[in-house]
Amino acid sequence: MTAAISSSTAIADFERAFAAHRHRARMQSALVVIVLLALFLLTADFSNFFKVAQVTLSDGTRAERWILLAGLPRLGEYLAKTIPSLGWDTLASDIATWFWRWKIWASLLLETVLIAFMATALGVAGGFVLSFLASRNLSPNRWVLTITRRCLEIARTVPELVFALIFVFCFGVGPMAGVLAIALHTCGSLGKLYSEANENLDMRPLEGVKSSGGSWADQIRYGAVPQVLPNIISYTLLRFEINVRSSSVIGYVGAGGLGQELRTAVSLQEYTDLSALFIIILVSVFIIDWGSEKLRHRLIGLERT
Amino acid sequence: MEKHNLTLSGLGRSFGSTRAVDGVSLDIGPGEFVGIIGRSGAGKSTLLRLINRLIEPTDGRIAFGGQDITALKGKSLREWRRQCAMIFQQFNLIDRLDVLTNVLVGRLAAHGFASSMAMHFTDAERALAIRALDRLDLAPQALQKAGTLSGGQQQRVAIARALVQNPRILLADEPIASLDPGNATRVMDALRSINNEDGITVLVNLHTLDTARAYCDRIIGMRAGRVIFDGGAHQLTGEVVRDIYGSDDLGEFNESVTSTAIRPAVDA
Repeated sequence: MTAAISSSTAIADFERAFAAHRHRARMQSALVVIVLLALFLLTADFSNFFKVAQVTLSDGTRAERWILLAGLPRLGEYLAKTIPSLGWDTLASDIATWFWRWKIWASLLLETVLIAFMATALGVAGGFVLSFLASRNLSPNRWVLTITRRCLEIARTVPELVFALIFVFCFGVGPMAGVLAIALHTCGSLGKLYSEANENLDMRPLEGVKSSGGSWADQIRYGAVPQVLPNIISYTLLRFEINVRSSSVIGYVGAGGLGQELRTAVSLQEYTDLSALFIIILVSVFIIDWGSEKLRHRLIGLERT
Repeated sequence: MEKHNLTLSGLGRSFGSTRAVDGVSLDIGPGEFVGIIGRSGAGKSTLLRLINRLIEPTDGRIAFGGQDITALKGKSLREWRRQCAMIFQQFNLIDRLDVLTNVLVGRLAAHGFASSMAMHFTDAERALAIRALDRLDLAPQALQKAGTLSGGQQQRVAIARALVQNPRILLADEPIASLDPGNATRVMDALRSINNEDGITVLVNLHTLDTARAYCDRIIGMRAGRVIFDGGAHQLTGEVVRDIYGSDDLGEFNESVTSTAIRPAVDA
């Protein structure tokens, strides 16, 4: 009997606690939604999303318009300019005219991909080594952890274009500045990503290596690396894809690759050259994305068997 | 090989305000097979980790022969860990590496940086590893990934890794707690044969009393970080057991309930 009484009060207690808990959780999520909504509206206003201003219409008159809506047709206008005139009968020669600088573009495309490759290789090497020092669970001490983390932050928060400008100043115009700029940025972001993978490690294999007399480097090499390798390969290939995109614009500041042609085309208003370059970049990025995704899946699949 | 005693004097370790190990003094002779029993949280695991120096003691001293183990650093600390091998409840193998490489990890203390990073081992080392695996009936699995083996096999790989360390002492932290009775018996038999044939001192944490009685020459009972019993299996009376496990509120203590031995449970 006493047991029955005590259990019914226990259930009543639970009901009360549960109701209070649910009420708190609901209040919290309501608050989060309100704050996010307010932030969204604020930033939208800040970026002129609601701005109404005087714009010149296509017939030359000026009127009060919501600029977001008024500007959209101009996108089509711009794209239309970049489309070359292609005729069925003269297709071959029209395309030849469109891609008239194809020899230069092909060699610059090769340079772009090589910049991305070299920068990825350097960035991976640096990020890989630093990631172990920047992982909370692996770092030899707090000082090393903090210093490495700050260095990685600097390397990844400074935009590649800024690094490229600095390196062009140091090493002159050409692909080397591009390689170093992208490599530095890659090192920073991969170091961070790798270290997050490291922080999810199962520490027991490392303890096993340590208990048999392995050094810190041995624990990393034998205990940690085999565990994080699939993640590292996956992140590296993704980064290579990103770097191909980066290296195709980095020439804008003279750091090698297709970017310099983009700049020339924009400043000389050679619209059809721009579309030709966009197509080249789009197709090559697509091929690399597709290839590296296949490779990634294959490697992860192989690792699992 | 010289025979040394392992001597712990006033060894202690605090985690915040809790004393996980509290003033433990023990003298363990060469070639002894010692079982350490006690309930969860009694400090058994911390004690073994202190001896291997995986955990730093807050007070007290560990000595082996004339050597002060608590003072070791760097290379000589790694050399001590080599001499005092350790196996774990969860095996602590590298699942994604093959069994042979897992065993060769036991040789790392003797390696330089470059050969270790390149995972380069000599033929003699590989032969040593294969012999150790063969002794534990695992030579056919040498090239499989360690993660694909059963728990009992993994624990025997861990023992092979310990063997290639050529240790003086083997510390086993709950080596059979995650194994079924058949595998538990094989692992305990392997520990016994290593103890008998190689003269390696074995210190093993156990949570089943009958295993401790069956295998250990000497049993140490711990409670709340302190050693409260130290003697032979025959001295381990029901009263002592109740004292170690603090089971006053459980009434009659039935060993066969927790037993993992292969025999029908008998009425107490």
